[in-house]
Amino acid sequence: MKILVCIKQVPGTTSVEVDEETGVLKRDGVESKMNPFDLYAIEQALLLRERYGGCVDVITMGPRQAEEVLKEAIYMGADRGILISDRKFAGADVVATSYTLSQGIRKAGTYDLILCGKQTTDGDTAQVGPETAEFLHLEHVTNVQEVYGVEESDILVKENQEHYFRELRLKTPCLLTLEKDVNTPRLPSFKRKMAMKNVEIEVFSLSDLEDTQESNYGLAGSPTQVERIFPPEKNTSRQLYEGSGEKLGDVVYDILKQKKFVD
Amino acid sequence: MKLNEEQLSFLKNLIEPARIQIRDEIGEDYSHDELGGVYGYPDVLIKVVSTGEISQIMTYAYEQDIPVVVRGAGTGLVGAAVAVRGGIMLETTLMNHILELDEENLTVTVESGVLLMELAQFAEEHQFLYPPDPGEKSATIGGNISTNAGGMRAVKYGVTRDYVRGLTVVLPNGRVERFGGKIVKNSSGYSLKDLMIGSEGTLGIITEAILKLVPLPDKSVSLLVPYKKMEDAIGTVPEIIKLKTTPTAIEFMEREVLLFAEEFLGKKFPDTKSSAYLLLTFDGNSASQVEGEYEKVARYCLEHGAEDVFIVDTPERKDSVWSARGAFLEAIKASTSEMDECDVVVPRNRVADFIHFTHDLSRKHDIRIPSFGHAGDGNLHIYICRDELKENLWKQKLTEVFAEMYEMAMRLGGAVSGEHGVGYAKKKYLEDQLGEVQIEIMRGIKKVFDPKGLLNPEKVI
Repeated sequence: MKILVCIKQVPGTTSVEVDEETGVLKRDGVESKMNPFDLYAIEQALLLRERYGGCVDVITMGPRQAEEVLKEAIYMGADRGILISDRKFAGADVVATSYTLSQGIRKAGTYDLILCGKQTTDGDTAQVGPETAEFLHLEHVTNVQEVYGVEESDILVKENQEHYFRELRLKTPCLLTLEKDVNTPRLPSFKRKMAMKNVEIEVFSLSDLEDTQESNYGLAGSPTQVERIFPPEKNTSRQLYEGSGEKLGDVVYDILKQKKFVD
Repeated sequence: MKLNEEQLSFLKNLIEPARIQIRDEIGEDYSHDELGGVYGYPDVLIKVVSTGEISQIMTYAYEQDIPVVVRGAGTGLVGAAVAVRGGIMLETTLMNHILELDEENLTVTVESGVLLMELAQFAEEHQFLYPPDPGEKSATIGGNISTNAGGMRAVKYGVTRDYVRGLTVVLPNGRVERFGGKIVKNSSGYSLKDLMIGSEGTLGIITEAILKLVPLPDKSVSLLVPYKKMEDAIGTVPEIIKLKTTPTAIEFMEREVLLFAEEFLGKKFPDTKSSAYLLLTFDGNSASQVEGEYEKVARYCLEHGAEDVFIVDTPERKDSVWSARGAFLEAIKASTSEMDECDVVVPRNRVADFIHFTHDLSRKHDIRIPSFGHAGDGNLHIYICRDELKENLWKQKLTEVFAEMYEMAMRLGGAVSGEHGVGYAKKKYLEDQLGEVQIEIMRGIKKVFDPKGLLNPEKVI
């Protein structure tokens, strides 16, 4: 089974400041780490490899230093790391990022299964996984709580719908995004780090991709226009209502009406 | 001892009703500590709020010959805070104020009922570290000082005693005295402050403490090192120390205990393939400094029998490893019907011998003896589990196992308790270890502080 895991490098702490003038995260001097959600995806991939054989590759899009997280994934047990990196990819929104990833994945090879973390701790959109799948014309399931196993060319999974679970059967190749805490990710091995000291990270730039049209990438390829980025105002005031769903529905309706959100 | 009506009404007049409980009003929790091997109800329970109030109570109690026991959060393991002779119990948990942070003298002044986790968090919020790190974070600082608690950073930073600069103490006769202060050096007579530390509430009542802080290290990384055999794991520790690196902690853990923790927490540990593990932590002010140190140790371990070395570097990874380590005591407790513990300390190059010995004992007496502990400072936590044993057979085996264990600890140059204290439960073993002369000196000291023997009677000596 050939598995590819999409990962991302994110700031190492949750208290990252935003430059209100430029709207850019102040990343200078801030330590970075692998997106914690991606660790569950890597662990799941490694468990499947233990069971069915095959390989686990990891891919990320980002600046050169993002190869650190690829190496970390390799120290955890992944076989091959691919970095999609080009100045022309900078400023990408969710759509452009997903498109770039899908192009990188096409170039990387053919896979039976693509795994992603449910979301990242910096962007938090949870959209890059499913959008990448759409660009690749793959079936996909988000919020996967458990991967039961593989039967011939099908994969059986449990999807978490918050209030209930769904058991689903998909045809491979497909893409899954993994829920938080579905496993305990293994730790990176210092022994493997020593053994793989000279591991090569493959780098794909724009010219390596199938679609080399610059306007499809980066800021130019992003339909989202960011007007302003600012830290959310902290507000801890709250009002608690109790009662049946019906009664609470009325309460919410009255509030919305009062605030002129509905007629 | 039972208080008479006159004594009770004196106390009721002194203390507001919400903070005083009498006889049947006192909950079962107050009749024992966390391990629960020693029982006894106080006659009166008072939740004290100030040094002045404690002084008033002690003055009266001393006049009236009433025994007094002080209790913090009740997390003790040797019965030190159990009212074995009844009388008054003073609970300090309402004295939980952090009074002052002095950034010029690098000290924090706290009331004795502040919890360790509250102090640790306060220090971190101000970019400081209070280094003592006992596993039980919900213990009070007063309790930590009273047992001279050690914890998981002792290899590099030392124990509670090393961080106590000054103490406010109510003496058994009610007088309030201050020992030590914000000073770094002190060659002025006998150190009464140091006599108070580790005295388990038998000499005076600690109400405030001036504690030393250090700047918070920017970076810390742990290594989880798996081994085929426990002896190999622990055998490496003296060699790691010889490498002249200074890990903050070197803990050892057996797979069996990890599996209990997994079950207890309902959460998998990152690796349970090996039968024994070392867990080391390194801290420092830059990533490269910490990396340089841990790489040296990691290489040494790999060259000397370790099956691998895992890097625990992010908050998520630290949580997955250290949350299990923090739950060991509770997890072992949940795995059996009843247990008793042994907290001996031996020179760190004899830890492997001692653990090997406990494995032999387990086979010899056909009883389960899981353990974990601080390989880096020689302090072991060994648990004897009752499981399905009938009452008298359990008591008999426990006595035999304890006798052999403490004897072995002495033979290896160790001591009865590394950090949990002697309390009520380990008195006999302390006497065996120290011998008559030292015990008599201790009794003499006790008499000077407390001629009537009213403060925490029947404890330690």
